[in-house]
Amino acid sequence: MTSAGIDYEPVIGLEIHVQLRTTTKMFCGCELSFGDPPNVHTCPVCLGLPGALPVVNARAVHFATMIGLALGCEIAPRSLFHRKNYFYPDSPKGYQISQYDVPICSGGRLGDVRIHRVHLEEDAAKLVHVGTSGRIHGADRSVVDFNRCGTPLVEIVTEPDIRSPAQAHEWLALLRVTLRQLGVSDVNMEEGSLRCDANVSVRPVGSGQLGTKTELKNMNSFRFLERGVAAEIARQTELLRGGREVVQETLHFDPASGTLTSLRSKEEAHDYRYFPEPDLVPLLVSGEMLAAARAEVPELPAARAARYERELGLHPDRARDLAFRADRAAYFERALASAPDGLGAVELANWIPQLVERIGSDADPSESRVSPEALAALAAMVVSRQASRDAAREVLRTLVAEGGDPRAVVEREGLGALSDDGGLADLVARAIAADPDAADKVAAGNMKAIGPLVGFVMRETKGRADGGEVTRLIREQLAVR
Amino acid sequence: MSELIELSAAQAVARLRAREIDASELFEAYRERAAADELNAFTWVASAAPEPVADTALCGVPVAVKDLFCTEGVPSQAGSRILEGYRPPYTATVVARLAAAGAPLLGKTNQDEFAMGSSNENSGFGPVLNPWDRSRVPGGSSGGSAAAVAAGLAPWAIGTDTGGSIRQPAALCGLVGVKPTYGACSRYGMIAFASSLDQAGPLTRDVTDAALLLSHMVGHDPMDSTSVAFPEPITLPSAEDLRGLRFGVPEELLGDQAGAGIEPGVRASFEATLALAEELGAEVDTCRLPHAPHALSAYYLIAPAEASANLARFDGVRYGSRVAGDRDLETMYSETRAAGFGPEVKRRIMLGTYALSSGYYDAFYGTALKVRTKIAEDFREAFRRFDFVVTPTSPWTAFPLGSKTDDPLAMYLNDFCTVPMPLAGIPAISLPSGLADGLPVGFQLAGPAFSENRLLEAAHALERAIGFDGSRARA
Repeated sequence: MTSAGIDYEPVIGLEIHVQLRTTTKMFCGCELSFGDPPNVHTCPVCLGLPGALPVVNARAVHFATMIGLALGCEIAPRSLFHRKNYFYPDSPKGYQISQYDVPICSGGRLGDVRIHRVHLEEDAAKLVHVGTSGRIHGADRSVVDFNRCGTPLVEIVTEPDIRSPAQAHEWLALLRVTLRQLGVSDVNMEEGSLRCDANVSVRPVGSGQLGTKTELKNMNSFRFLERGVAAEIARQTELLRGGREVVQETLHFDPASGTLTSLRSKEEAHDYRYFPEPDLVPLLVSGEMLAAARAEVPELPAARAARYERELGLHPDRARDLAFRADRAAYFERALASAPDGLGAVELANWIPQLVERIGSDADPSESRVSPEALAALAAMVVSRQASRDAAREVLRTLVAEGGDPRAVVEREGLGALSDDGGLADLVARAIAADPDAADKVAAGNMKAIGPLVGFVMRETKGRADGGEVTRLIREQLAVR
Repeated sequence: MSELIELSAAQAVARLRAREIDASELFEAYRERAAADELNAFTWVASAAPEPVADTALCGVPVAVKDLFCTEGVPSQAGSRILEGYRPPYTATVVARLAAAGAPLLGKTNQDEFAMGSSNENSGFGPVLNPWDRSRVPGGSSGGSAAAVAAGLAPWAIGTDTGGSIRQPAALCGLVGVKPTYGACSRYGMIAFASSLDQAGPLTRDVTDAALLLSHMVGHDPMDSTSVAFPEPITLPSAEDLRGLRFGVPEELLGDQAGAGIEPGVRASFEATLALAEELGAEVDTCRLPHAPHALSAYYLIAPAEASANLARFDGVRYGSRVAGDRDLETMYSETRAAGFGPEVKRRIMLGTYALSSGYYDAFYGTALKVRTKIAEDFREAFRRFDFVVTPTSPWTAFPLGSKTDDPLAMYLNDFCTVPMPLAGIPAISLPSGLADGLPVGFQLAGPAFSENRLLEAAHALERAIGFDGSRARA
């Protein structure tokens, strides 16, 4: 039977590995590093020398607890480490110490995706294949760098709640800003401090059952994640439409060619022979440890965005734009604190993207020459019609370059708004006289023709006139209702 | 010089403290004997005495150390060819503590490969001979340590005990051996066999030496999460009687059926010691350890399972021997391990790997863990009525070399009486109870966790009454 007519929906779950930004490794005192010469941060423990024993890094436990709290997980008062056995040169002990059936955090939710579990483990060493291909097959030789070996990791596993590649991308971005805000990781996908695998299956729309899933390994950018998942959904859908079956396997996505290749099938899957790590005692998280972690969890992006929407009335997109960047949110909130009466949060928030556009989106606004107080003052001048919107943009440009008080800049550059008594009415009369054709059309009710009249006034005032006021005066003088 | 050798370690410490003898002379006396070792007890001997450290508790009385303790710059091969020539860049905590206390390293002693064995015939560096009868085994796995101390090649030694590896060779060589409470001594730097069972402990000529050496071994180590602070100092024993003490003889290990495998000479020595204990004021009665008969099965699942993971690191990548390094990874792994490990180690890796395999875990490893819990409960129950549980240490005296090598199961039965204690994590001591056909017999006392001081006191009183003379092995 073929299923050509059926619509399929994807079901996606993510497994994310996050390197924790502790000072030392997960089970030894070696310093964490990125980019140092190979094999300088090693000791008997992380080299897996005979007789060496692991000791749990308390800071890593603290960070994992913070992550669990931030994701609304239940924190286990007692969890266990297991040995995950496999042979590979990146695993000096022949096993990875990880958590298995009793992880430190379970349950939880971030945005619209439920969290299945969060557990602690150690990172592997880095293998470098010397030779032509860069892969282990065909390499002349392989060398191992143990600097990374033993770096603390948390693995975050979601429930299969994601329904599109775009949602996967968006959710991972939310997770990343959340972790960044917690200050527990560099969360840099290119450097590997954030790594994402995806479990993908498809099923007929409306079906309550899950299809056979495949696992996509190591997509090291948001774009590759989205593309890889999309390619896999397309592949599975095509298989099912053709009456064939999806085979459970682990796949590698090649971003260059856009193709998926099988790493191993279900039959070839490792038997990791997990068993409780006898070198470690159970991991206990006390009430005090929990309280200490809770005290360090700041307001997180999703909660902050919701608050901006709810309490400040910001548009959802604007709220997220500010809330998901801790630096922008901090700047915005300082500006808001100094906002005079009459300046609304919505009006103020609209100025942040303009500032960001000028200083560059990677820059922290607090480090620009424009103080939050100055931006608030500028926004207030527009609201109180002391400066036109165009003039204020001009002032912002000056502030970005030189800093200072916007009121002084307005004064100095003569950018103050022209009002009715400032001769604006006369200018409007001149505009009407200069373009009688347009004036007739406006008078006849064709408001599209008002452009040239307003433009005349703006040219004459070098943009200082308030556009709304000019429009009002034109309508007044032409007796348009 | 032979006079120096006849001093017990504690006596030597006293004489050194009184400046009646010289530490470097003592070291040299033992060093010469160790270097001339005909028993294959040593795998490495120090070339010279280290600089003496002033004002130490042990005054420079040297110690022989089982090969599996890592010692910086000194071969530490755990009896395995796969670690041939391996010199670690660090020293095990216990060895470092002893050195700091004034017991410098005399040499490294031979052992069964990765501590897997009861006869020392599984060493990659050849068997060790028993100084009481060189045609016989010294026991294992700490056979080199036992033979060295018994033969007077070392004043005292440390070994490790996983299922009996200190107590059984101590018994077969006429020594005192202590398996401390799990966690009492740091395991950092001990090349692991079975992590949840391994413990370091002393092998000495008498109970006082055992107490003295142990007192400098115990304590929490920040490098070993499973180590704990010993609740009290280990003190030198002085008891001369056993008044008020109750000895329990476990029916499940020594009853008519279960005890059938115990040699008559061993049985006789055990019965005589019980009679002596009663004379010294102890009450002796039968006790129950209902799950003890399953201890051996549980042990031979748990220990190999842990070992299968512990020994995975010997892969030829970073240290030790490597075979077929110019071939692909799989070939290098399998040929390195095929060549480097002996048959008993391979057998246990396979057993352990199987026991942990998906689909078999619950039936094997999972069940073994449950049995282990039951055995610990049995002991707790027994210790409500009894101060100590007592057994012969080994069902046999030292057996001829090669007599059990073809039958691994028969060899495993050696551990019948010593395996339940490490499964329960409790301490036990073996002391010589006499000779049977000219060969030493060991008497074992086991007590609750951290009862080391009480065990040493009781053993001291028994030792005094037994009056065992081990000097013949030093001749």
